[in-house]
Amino acid sequence: MAQVNRVTGKGRVNRSKPVSFTFNGKSYQGYEGDTLASALLANNVKLLGRSFKYHRPRGVYTAGSDEPSGLVQLETGAYTEPNTRATMIELYEGLSAASQNCWPSVRWDVGEVNNLGSRLIPSGFYYKTFMWPASWWESVYEKAIRHSAGLGKCPEENDPDVYEHRHVHCDVLVVGMGPAGLSAALNAGRSGARVIVLDENAEAGGSLLTTGEDIDSKPADQWIADTLAELDAMEEVTVLTRTTASAYYDHNYITAPERVTNHFGPRQQGVRERFWKIRAAQVVLATGAHERPPVFAENDRPGIMMASALRTYVNQYGVLPGKQVVIFTNNNSAYAAAIDAKDAGAEVTIVDTRPSPSGPAFEAAKAKGIHIDEGYGIVATKGKHGVKGCEIAPLSNDGRSVSGKSILIPCDAIGVSAGWNPSVHMWSQARGKVAWDPAVACFKPDFCQQKVRAAGSCNGTFDLAGCLAEGAEAGVAAARDAGFDGIAKAPVAAAEEAFDLRPIYYVPSRRPVGEGKKAFHDHQNDVTAADIHLAHREGFISVEHLKRYTTTGMATDQGKMSNVNALAIMADLRGDTIPGVGTTTFRPPYTPTTFGAMAGQSAGELFHFTQKTPMWDWHAANGAVMEAMGDYLRPLAYARPGESTKAAENREVKMVRQSVGVYDASTLGKIDVRGPDATQFLNLVYTNAWDKLKVGRAKYGFMLNERGMVYDDGVTTKLGENHYHMTTTTGNAAAVLAWLEDWLQVEWPDLDVHLTNVAEQWAVCSLAGPNARKVLEKLTSLDVSAGAFPFMTMKEGKVAGVDARILRVSFTGESSFEINVPARYGQYVWEQIMEAGREFDIIPFGTEALHILRAERGFVVVGQDTDGTVTPMDLGMGWIVSKNKGDFIGKRGFDAPEVARGGRKQLVGLLTDKRDYVIPHGSHLVEMATQAPPVKTVGWVCSTYWSETLGRSIALALVEDGRARIGQSLTVRNINGDAEKVTLTDPVFYDAKGERAHA
Amino acid sequence: MIQVDCPFCGKRNLTEFTYGGEAHIARPENIAEISDAEFARYLFTRKNPKGTHQERWNHAMGCRRWFNAVRHTVTDQFWATYKVGETAPLPPAGWDGVLSKSEFEATTETGAK
Repeated sequence: MAQVNRVTGKGRVNRSKPVSFTFNGKSYQGYEGDTLASALLANNVKLLGRSFKYHRPRGVYTAGSDEPSGLVQLETGAYTEPNTRATMIELYEGLSAASQNCWPSVRWDVGEVNNLGSRLIPSGFYYKTFMWPASWWESVYEKAIRHSAGLGKCPEENDPDVYEHRHVHCDVLVVGMGPAGLSAALNAGRSGARVIVLDENAEAGGSLLTTGEDIDSKPADQWIADTLAELDAMEEVTVLTRTTASAYYDHNYITAPERVTNHFGPRQQGVRERFWKIRAAQVVLATGAHERPPVFAENDRPGIMMASALRTYVNQYGVLPGKQVVIFTNNNSAYAAAIDAKDAGAEVTIVDTRPSPSGPAFEAAKAKGIHIDEGYGIVATKGKHGVKGCEIAPLSNDGRSVSGKSILIPCDAIGVSAGWNPSVHMWSQARGKVAWDPAVACFKPDFCQQKVRAAGSCNGTFDLAGCLAEGAEAGVAAARDAGFDGIAKAPVAAAEEAFDLRPIYYVPSRRPVGEGKKAFHDHQNDVTAADIHLAHREGFISVEHLKRYTTTGMATDQGKMSNVNALAIMADLRGDTIPGVGTTTFRPPYTPTTFGAMAGQSAGELFHFTQKTPMWDWHAANGAVMEAMGDYLRPLAYARPGESTKAAENREVKMVRQSVGVYDASTLGKIDVRGPDATQFLNLVYTNAWDKLKVGRAKYGFMLNERGMVYDDGVTTKLGENHYHMTTTTGNAAAVLAWLEDWLQVEWPDLDVHLTNVAEQWAVCSLAGPNARKVLEKLTSLDVSAGAFPFMTMKEGKVAGVDARILRVSFTGESSFEINVPARYGQYVWEQIMEAGREFDIIPFGTEALHILRAERGFVVVGQDTDGTVTPMDLGMGWIVSKNKGDFIGKRGFDAPEVARGGRKQLVGLLTDKRDYVIPHGSHLVEMATQAPPVKTVGWVCSTYWSETLGRSIALALVEDGRARIGQSLTVRNINGDAEKVTLTDPVFYDAKGERAHA
Repeated sequence: MIQVDCPFCGKRNLTEFTYGGEAHIARPENIAEISDAEFARYLFTRKNPKGTHQERWNHAMGCRRWFNAVRHTVTDQFWATYKVGETAPLPPAGWDGVLSKSEFEATTETGAK
């Protein structure tokens, strides 16, 4: 029979809208407004899955986001989501869910053997058990453990859904829309402040949806509706439901994922989840409280749940989870659940640990004819796949043992309560402290350095009138501190009875802890009171150790139910108080957050931007094999159909040496340096002297750091009297600019110099090779002959009809013309060059060919042939350091003993004895091939290539006293066993006089 | 994520800034003459205090200006940010890094916390 547990006349579900869904392949019906949990309970499905470690049958324990055990695998394929809390899934048509961690079925699960053998697998068992052989850990043990433990299964396909981020600022953020939060939002909103108020549930109201108490002489429903209407009418107020404030960061920065279409099911149009990033001037936390369960033997059977959750299922969803209900409590708050269950038609028994409870709740329950066992505790429960009964016994006066005869009560649902824990998670994340209040036996918010207030039951104020008053005060105070005046006006509610709680955390049974039945405090990670005893025996008595050793509170529920009970049990063992044991720090996120929401739009192509040069489209269309450099993707080589990248590189090298090639040098950093003190500035940041450079001439320079080590290099051209065009390396471009700005703004603010980043304003075609001039001559009317346009000079004029700066520099060693044109003409000029060069068999060449060409000429690449410990002198480039000019960055560094000492590594060339042996990059050089380890290395290989030009392998290396060793042999030693002889040479392998570049 | 108050642009998220270490370390005028020990101090020795710290920030993803700040290293509360060349506005000794400058000054005036 369908929905056997549905109660007529109760609940907020829409009975005119039935909703069909499947669970473990079986079809059921619920109503619009149900959660998956309430719909399953309505159909009397209480067994939802198997537990993490012992594979015990588990069901829902709560009715909210603190759910530890009612976890299911939602949907299938790319849309599947593991470990979703059935209590938070709104029912939609066609929903499909399945049990987790069970095989072959949830009712008959092979893994249940773990429960029978549980004595063999206590906390930390795998550290103790799977010690040998060590090699079995990865190959056997880990696989077996991972197969046996765990809960849901990850999707194996890409997430097909769309997510977005939204950044907002507000004056007051109110977290929670229970009575305190609504009262706070109303009062803050009335002041005119910009308010965001949010709640993780589908409906505003919080506990009012369950309790239905009157406010301002109106039924709760009416008051909530009126309040929302008033908030809605306020222009500066934003109300967000299905939005969880999940993380509280510094300076009141709160992130809150909103479930936009999740409740309609998969395959929706538009955004599935929206990730709000909120910067709030003031925050009011009205996050409510979680009911705390008692820890008693076999307290995990399906059908056992929080008393408040049981009441929520009755009142909010019209579902009575059982016909014979036992309420097990140590305080007054659970009596309302007993009364509501009775009114809904259940047979109800109250088991109260207090020896002689009294007061209005007690009297009301008695008047309803509910039987109350006073001073009793549950010592055991019965039932295989769900609770069938419980055994109760009288507790001793100190509550540490049981005495007298047991009574067996048949039941199919148990509601439990051992008090309430304020939800201080967000407070704790905000770096707020918490303090133990013995009067209500819970941790309450204490001091916090952030602009935050707590109100209502999350502040330890549990009565409705108090929550409303505190919310109003906090709302007005927060608005006032944000600059908006108002007077607090609290909604009015009737006074309530206090909880009158008898603190009890672990309920004793007839056998000592660990020898009887399991009593769980952490239902998600399957941790029992016995595990805490074990941790204590083994010395893990610090709360931080306890947590890590037993994994208490480390599941996705963040210990919402388990933490205080674990602390209490440890405090008892240590003979200390609960605050004496201490607390752990709650960390984000408050509830599990999808990666999709966190990633937002930044997925796929938008994950990270790709910098492209103006000629990108041409490269992509012409076989370019790309490599990443900084944020750029630039051509490594241009492979022809059927050609390997390696072969393409060699062909490109050969053609540049023989005829002509063109290289896209647009990625270089480019800085426009301008101002009366520009020359002086260059003198300070470069090692060479710039005073005598004439307009239209260029110079190569090294920048050093203050320690005298090479930091960057590039060519700078003098464009006008106080105007230079500086180039930097590609990868370091942004860093060099920031570094130069640092010196200018901070150290030498008196220098009148302006730096402008023009890196992306210019496209650069570097034409190189013996026929480069002939190609250029076809495209320009300028005189570019060697006599009229010498090396290291610049000319301005038209190239292919486009205004251009042409620079005669060379990194290939060949005669070169670097043609700079405005970026938007880059691809046009590039194509014109390719066309003009056709008769010379022009080829485009990539960075690998460029690097081979420069290595043949012995030119260094900063960052490849240097590593921050290399001076210009180490590179054999002492000539670039001016002896005549004054101070420059790095000059003092040369005087340091480290630089002056002998034996520094110096740049040399290497020729392998085997001509075709290309040394692996980064290889180390040793003096003796046969020495047993450890072997001292005397240097390492920084650049190593096959030189197509020379028909042999070449390399550059940094070697101790390298220049003095030229002509000697060393051995390359590699992890792969290579031991190859090399001869040290001058680093210049080709055209030692540099005549080709000047030609 | 902390907010940094750029003296040129106003409050912005941390992600727009880069950190530049301790502030007010002047490059020695006579850098050629100083001893190796003094040179090493200039290059490497930094305060790293628990509490009030004067430090450099660069609004790298904004105006590209370098500026200085006084921040409490325990609480991440900024006392002030100020331009290069300005005197550091230091908090009184009693500042524990919890209150902002305006809040702290308001409570000192009324004599109540």
